[in-house]
Amino acid sequence: MSVILDVQALDVRIPLAQGMLHPVRDVSFAVERGETLCIVGESGCGKSLTSLALMDLLPRRAERRAARLIFAGEDLTRASEARMTDLRGNKMAMIFQEPMTSLNPSYSIGNQLEEALLRHRRIGRREATDRAIYLLEKVGITAAASRLTQYPHQLSGGLRQRVMIAMALMCGPDLIIADEPTTALDVTIQAQILHLLAQLQREFKMGLILITHDLGIVARVATRVAVMYAGQIVETGTVAELFARPLHPYTQGLLRCIPVPGRTKRGTHLGSIPGIVPNLIGDLVGCSFHNRCEHAYESCAATDVSQREIAPGRAYRCLLTAEQCAANAAKAAA
Amino acid sequence: MTAEALDSAKILEPSPVTQLRRRIFGHAGFLFGAIVIAAMLAMALLAPLLAPYDPYDQDLARRVINPIWHDDGKWAHPLGTDQLGRDYLSRVIYGVRISLLIGFATMIISGVLGTALGVVAGYFGGRVDMVITFLITTRLSMPVVLVALAVVALVGGSLTVVISVLGLLLWDRFAVVMRSATMQVRALDYVAAAQAIGCSAARIVTTEIMPNILNALIVVATLEMAHAILLEAALSFLGLGVQPPLPSWGLMVAEGKEYMFFSPWLITIPGVALFLLVLAINLLGDGIRDITAPENRN
Amino acid sequence: MTAPVLETRDVSCTFQIGAGLFKAKRPLHAVNGVSLKLMKGDVLGLVGESGCGKSTLAKMLLGLQAPTGGDIRFDGAPIMGLDRRAIARRVQPIFQDPYSSLNPRKTVGSIISLPLRVHRVGEPDEWRDRVEAMMDLVGLARRFTDSYPNQLSGGQRQRVAIARALIMKPDVVICDEPTSALDVSVQSQILNLLQDLRQELGLTYLLISHNLAVVEHMATRVAVMYLGRIVEENDTDSLFQTPRHPYTQALLASVLTPEPGLGVPDAQLGIAFPNPIDPPAGCTFHPRCAQALAQCSRVAPMPIADGNGFTECHLYNPAKDVAA
Repeated sequence: MSVILDVQALDVRIPLAQGMLHPVRDVSFAVERGETLCIVGESGCGKSLTSLALMDLLPRRAERRAARLIFAGEDLTRASEARMTDLRGNKMAMIFQEPMTSLNPSYSIGNQLEEALLRHRRIGRREATDRAIYLLEKVGITAAASRLTQYPHQLSGGLRQRVMIAMALMCGPDLIIADEPTTALDVTIQAQILHLLAQLQREFKMGLILITHDLGIVARVATRVAVMYAGQIVETGTVAELFARPLHPYTQGLLRCIPVPGRTKRGTHLGSIPGIVPNLIGDLVGCSFHNRCEHAYESCAATDVSQREIAPGRAYRCLLTAEQCAANAAKAAA
Repeated sequence: MTAEALDSAKILEPSPVTQLRRRIFGHAGFLFGAIVIAAMLAMALLAPLLAPYDPYDQDLARRVINPIWHDDGKWAHPLGTDQLGRDYLSRVIYGVRISLLIGFATMIISGVLGTALGVVAGYFGGRVDMVITFLITTRLSMPVVLVALAVVALVGGSLTVVISVLGLLLWDRFAVVMRSATMQVRALDYVAAAQAIGCSAARIVTTEIMPNILNALIVVATLEMAHAILLEAALSFLGLGVQPPLPSWGLMVAEGKEYMFFSPWLITIPGVALFLLVLAINLLGDGIRDITAPENRN
Repeated sequence: MTAPVLETRDVSCTFQIGAGLFKAKRPLHAVNGVSLKLMKGDVLGLVGESGCGKSTLAKMLLGLQAPTGGDIRFDGAPIMGLDRRAIARRVQPIFQDPYSSLNPRKTVGSIISLPLRVHRVGEPDEWRDRVEAMMDLVGLARRFTDSYPNQLSGGQRQRVAIARALIMKPDVVICDEPTSALDVSVQSQILNLLQDLRQELGLTYLLISHNLAVVEHMATRVAVMYLGRIVEENDTDSLFQTPRHPYTQALLASVLTPEPGLGVPDAQLGIAFPNPIDPPAGCTFHPRCAQALAQCSRVAPMPIADGNGFTECHLYNPAKDVAA
């Protein structure tokens, strides 16, 4: 398979009155065609800013740096603003959490779908309408032709998210970035939307970056997973490896926090991660998780930790050896 | 329990007082407005000490003396004298009293009226809201200047009449803004929590809602104060507001307009004073909004 | 047998919705004949999609919304005779969003002590002690007493909300999505805290949540709500092991447990969303039901007893079930 997006050492810095904020630090990953990369983490871990950095949609004050940022063979660190505008919504599309705020309430669904295509392709409106109908049917909307004249407020949340997906697909993108696409939806609709996304992604052989805080979604949708904490990727691996043998103490802690029907005993305590996320302002030294880590020793606070790759595509950011990490997990489970 | 989990957490933000101080001194508009208004207030309070002459003392022998930036200006009358030989500086100083008095009094009358109506409409909703919204619409369909003209023409102009007419007319914006602000806050969970605790409506309005719509209220209040001051000037200019010989800035412009071509400063001096005061009030209001707005708090 | 702490008998709430200036108002049955029993020490999980009437039901239990039919009873006594304050002493809420449930202009101490001040419980000089005792109980450091909510993290704010709800020692706590606005690691702390408090204080919870894994972990009984009605209720094990109603089955099938390799299930519900102003005839679920029978579109099903609970569905036949 071919790599569609290759990111090496991505940094985002935002100057604030109190000092320099480092919300994304040394983030590296690659996405292949037909693959789903899930970026998972809690609020403020930098997962959304990472996606905005890829699309060059960061807040004005923020500065982006990357050793490598290659999308479909093109170096995005050198791409002009005009080139990025051309790529966005065309070859790289984005799906947001709240479809109501990303659809314009004063234009019809059809108008917005067609516009997405007409902006990037030299084709007639007739063809654009045909493609809109084709894609609305693809995302499971019945009577698609009659939906074109409807306005966003006439649709339910689930339908709106389907329209957003159709809109993202209009130009036949190579990569879709979906930022918490189902967080605002009910569980049954969430399952339907994720099912649809997975199916379309296989059919159109796109790369998909799915950003979420929900480990259940990650387990079911991802091919590969990147766990983010305090602006860094602390662990990556295939979904099976990561859930079967989590290495980083944060990943292990996170997995112990969630109740799993049939596995966690009712009425017992769930695991928890004490403490709060560190402040990312100023010069940061040491492992960002050391203040919440039960296995931390003194050097963790003083030594910068880099990714340790133990196999291709399998890496973690901790001073402990993989064996020590696995032993810790076993001890906690007992 | 999990107390140890929280003890490792530190307070994330500096105290509200520190934050507030930082914002105040970082806001140029607010500082400018505050300084000008403080100066104007001092002028109003200390007018008898600051004014070199009695503002009503006429001296027909010294009519229309030019201010000192003219060649024949005299230090005895730094801003010159008007067509009746009254010292212009003293009149401008005493004039700030009229403007501020009208501004404050109108703001308080219309503010109390409008806020009460708006908060009641926003909190109770339903039929109460319909009635009050109807009142607001009725009030909005009355042109302020024409109604004020009609009333003053009927009962005659005086300071009290101007204040009561403006006070009873300018409550609409208070009502509209307070109504929507109240509706927003009312939908928040902490109001539901207070209701679930068993708080009375009066308590919820005073302790849960009012503190959270106060910044909107302050902004409207400053805007309406500026509005009232300008309206008073306009009414006085038309001869239907404050009556001579009171030193109202609007009236001074009206009296000076006969001499506009030969002694333009008779108009520009009260005009500039008016402009400065209104600008300062508006900047202060904007500043208060920026400093206290909830989006700045997080 | 003891009376339930909190009981609803055939409770309904109907809103008149204006369709436009010149059109007649139409009734919206937000809650339509709900009967529930909360026994002391129970955790009743209430699940259902947004707009199904969960929140309206919660508001009625808190006395914030008057039912238009049926009645609500505390220990067998109807709520109608009680004033707001008497209800407030027995049942308290915990809301979803700890950012909007705390007044930003008040200190933590003043938020937690508000119920004491409103109900004039004890002397003002004891209030501080009681607040501090409560803060210890919910795991909030005492130095936060004079902090403002915006100085606290989401989890700490939710602890403040819990302390405020518990300071009057209520019998029942209505937890409306208490952890869905929180991060995973904080969610588990709050769930653990709610479990501990229930045991220590003998509380009864109504837990409204869309997260079925959380409901499964916390609840002793579960009620499934669809378009204003409870379509199935049972003890947690029975409901999760043998869901009877097709809607319950679809809900359970949609739970995404963290088990890689299983893929995303297709809930087979269709994408039609029912309009609560104009609900379908017969069983309100039939347009989305893959197994609907001919009678489902004509006759509304009646509750059928099933072990400790009941199911409202034509498909469920207890005789057949016993035979099988």
